[in-house]
Amino acid sequence: MLQIENLHASVEDKDILKGIDLQIGAGEVHAIMGPNGSGKSTLASVIAGNEDYEMTEGNLLLEGEDISELDPEERAHHGVFLSFQYPVEIPGVSVTNFVKTAINETRKAQGMEEMPAAEMLKKIREKAALLEIDRKFLSRSLNEGFSGGEKKRNEIFQMAMLEPKLAILDETDSGLDIDALRIVANGVNKLRSENNAVLVITHYQRLLDYIVPDKVHVLMDGKIVKSGDKDLALKLEEKGYDWIKEEVKTA
Amino acid sequence: MSLKDKLISSYMAYEDSLDQEHLIHDIRSAAIKNFENTGFPTRKHEAWKYTPLDKMLKADYTVFPKKSNTLEYKNVKQYFLHDVDTYKVVFVDGVYSSFLSETTHEGIDVCLLSSALSKDKYRPVIEAYFNKAAETDSITSLNTAFAKEGAYIFIPAHKEVEKPIEIINFATGSEAALMIQPRNLIVVGENAHVQIIERHQSLAEHPILTNSVTEIFAEKRAYIDYYKVQNDVETASLIDSTYIKQERDSNCRVHTFSFGGKLIRNNLNFYQQGQHCDSTLKGVTIIEKKQHVDHSTLVHHQSPNCESHQDYKGIYDDSAVGVFNGKVMVDKIAQKIDAFQQNNNILISDKATINAKPQLEIFADDVKCSHGCTIGQLDEDALFYLRSRGIGKKEANALLMYAFANNVLESVKIPELKNRINGLIADKIGVQLGFDL
Repeated sequence: MLQIENLHASVEDKDILKGIDLQIGAGEVHAIMGPNGSGKSTLASVIAGNEDYEMTEGNLLLEGEDISELDPEERAHHGVFLSFQYPVEIPGVSVTNFVKTAINETRKAQGMEEMPAAEMLKKIREKAALLEIDRKFLSRSLNEGFSGGEKKRNEIFQMAMLEPKLAILDETDSGLDIDALRIVANGVNKLRSENNAVLVITHYQRLLDYIVPDKVHVLMDGKIVKSGDKDLALKLEEKGYDWIKEEVKTA
Repeated sequence: MSLKDKLISSYMAYEDSLDQEHLIHDIRSAAIKNFENTGFPTRKHEAWKYTPLDKMLKADYTVFPKKSNTLEYKNVKQYFLHDVDTYKVVFVDGVYSSFLSETTHEGIDVCLLSSALSKDKYRPVIEAYFNKAAETDSITSLNTAFAKEGAYIFIPAHKEVEKPIEIINFATGSEAALMIQPRNLIVVGENAHVQIIERHQSLAEHPILTNSVTEIFAEKRAYIDYYKVQNDVETASLIDSTYIKQERDSNCRVHTFSFGGKLIRNNLNFYQQGQHCDSTLKGVTIIEKKQHVDHSTLVHHQSPNCESHQDYKGIYDDSAVGVFNGKVMVDKIAQKIDAFQQNNNILISDKATINAKPQLEIFADDVKCSHGCTIGQLDEDALFYLRSRGIGKKEANALLMYAFANNVLESVKIPELKNRINGLIADKIGVQLGFDL
C-alpha cells in the first residue's frame, strides 16, 4: 500500500527526516513511536503533502504510484487521510457540511457524480453511530469549541466517511480519556480491511492496546532505528527509549 | 459650480418653500451656515485622512429630482427581507413610496419624518429629540439643513415590536446623477424592543451620493438591534452618519455589512449616558476592485459600569481600500467600564490597502480597555487541514474566508437576515461548494 524509500525531508533548510524506509502492506497496521522531536509528526505531514516541508530525497509511493509531487488535495483524492494532532476550527461550517464537501470534492476529482443525498445521510448516520456521535454534534461548527476528545472523535468520523486507503493517525490518543480512547480505537478497528492500511503515530503504548499493530517502528533523529512486533511497544513503555539509544550508539 | 455652491444656492431656493416659523427652522439655518463655513471635509482633516471625497463630489448631482418615480414591487422584491413579515418605510429617489411601504400607527409609530415634522401631535417628540444626538460636523450639518424626509420611528415604553422594520432608499437612475439626504429619527422607549434593517440601493449604474443621518435614542432598558446592509452598485456612494444615545441599562447593537458600493463612509457614534449600557458595533466588509469602505466608530463612555464591544472583519481584494478608525473615549466619571475593540483584516491582493487606527482616550483610572488589530493572510495550517480532506486550494481559501467573516454573524438575531447575509458572503467570496450555508 505505502512504500517509502530513503525519504529525506527538511523544514526551512533544517533536515528532519534523514532516510526513512517503510513498507506498509494492504490490511496492515504499523505504529511509529519515538521521543519528542524525533520527526514523527513531520513524517505524517510529508506523506500528507504539507508544503511547509520539503522532501529532498527518496521515494514516496502509494499503491505503486509516486505521490511525492502531488498537492495535499490530490493525495487525499488518491486515498491518503491524516488525522490531525491539532484539528483546525472552522466557524460557520458544520461538521455535516464539511464532510459532504470533502466527499463530493473527492468524488468530483475521481470523475464521479456527487453522492446522492439519501446515501450521504445514511452513511452519516451509520458512521456517527459507530463513533457514538449524536446529531447535535454534527450540526455544530467544525471543531469550534470542541473538547480535545470531541476533536479526535470528529477526525475519526471524517476518516470513516472518507474511507481512505491509507489513514495516518497523528497522536490521536493525546488528550483522550479512556472512554474516548476506546470509542476512537473501536472506530478505527471497524474500518480496517484488506484494502486499506493504518499508520499510527504515538508517544505512548496505550492506544496500541486497542489498535493492535502488525509492526512497531522506533523513530529517532529522523531515522527508523528499530522495528519489531507489538511487544516492542510494550518494552518501550516499560523501559523508555534510552536502551535503544545505547543500541544505536554501539552499532 | 462646485457641489458646495450648488447645495448652498439650492438651499436658499428651498428655504423659500419652508415654513420659517417651524420649530426646526433655526436648526436648519444654523446647519447650513455650518456647512457653508467648513464645506466638505478634505484629507487635511484628520478624520478624513484616508477617505478622499473630491472625485466623488465632481459629478453634477441633482439635489431635488424633478419628478417622482415609481417602482414595481416584483422588480425590487429581492432587496426586501421578503420571506418574513416586516414593516417597511420605502423611499424612491428620496421621496416616500406609499405603494412599497407598510407603515403603522397601531401602538407604535413607523412612518415618515415629513409627517412628524408637520403634525402637531409629534411636536413634543421632535422638540425633545430632533438633532439632539447629531453632531455639527459639516457633513451632518449638510444633512440637517436639508432634512425633510426619512423614517420616523417611535416605540413607546414596554412595547416589543414583533416584526422587523425595514428602511430602504431606492435610487432609480432617472437623473443623470442624484444626491439624496435621508434623515431618520428613531426613539425607543423604556424597556421597548425593536429590530431595524437599513438599506440603500441603486437600481441603475448612475452616480448616486447618499448623505444619510440617523439619530437613535434608547431610553432606559431599551433594546435595539440595527442592521445596515450595504451592497450597492459600483456607482453609488454613501456617507452614513449614525448617532446613538443610550440611557441606563439599554442595549444597542449595530451590525454593518459592507459588500458593495463605490465609496462608503460609516460614521457610527455611540454615547452612553447612563450606567450599565451595553453597546455592540460589528461589521463585515468584503470588497474588491477600487471599492473603498471606511468605518469610523466612536464609543463615548460617559457613565460608569458600561460595556462596549467592537468587532470588525474585513477582506480586501484587487485595489480595494479599507479604513478602520475606532475611537473609544472614556470620561473621568466613567469608572469600571469594559471596552473591547477588535479589527481583523485579510488582504488578498498585494494592491489592496487597509488603514487601521485604533484611538483610545481614557480619563478614568479603573477601566478595562482592550484593542487588537490584525492584518494578514489566511492561516496556512488551516489551509493544509482543508486541503488534506480533498478540498482544492481555491475552495479551501474561500471556505476559510467565509469562516473568518461568518464569525460576526453569530449575533444576528433575525434568522432570515442571517441566511441572507450568509448567502451574500458566500457569493462575494465565491464559496460554491454545493451545500446550503
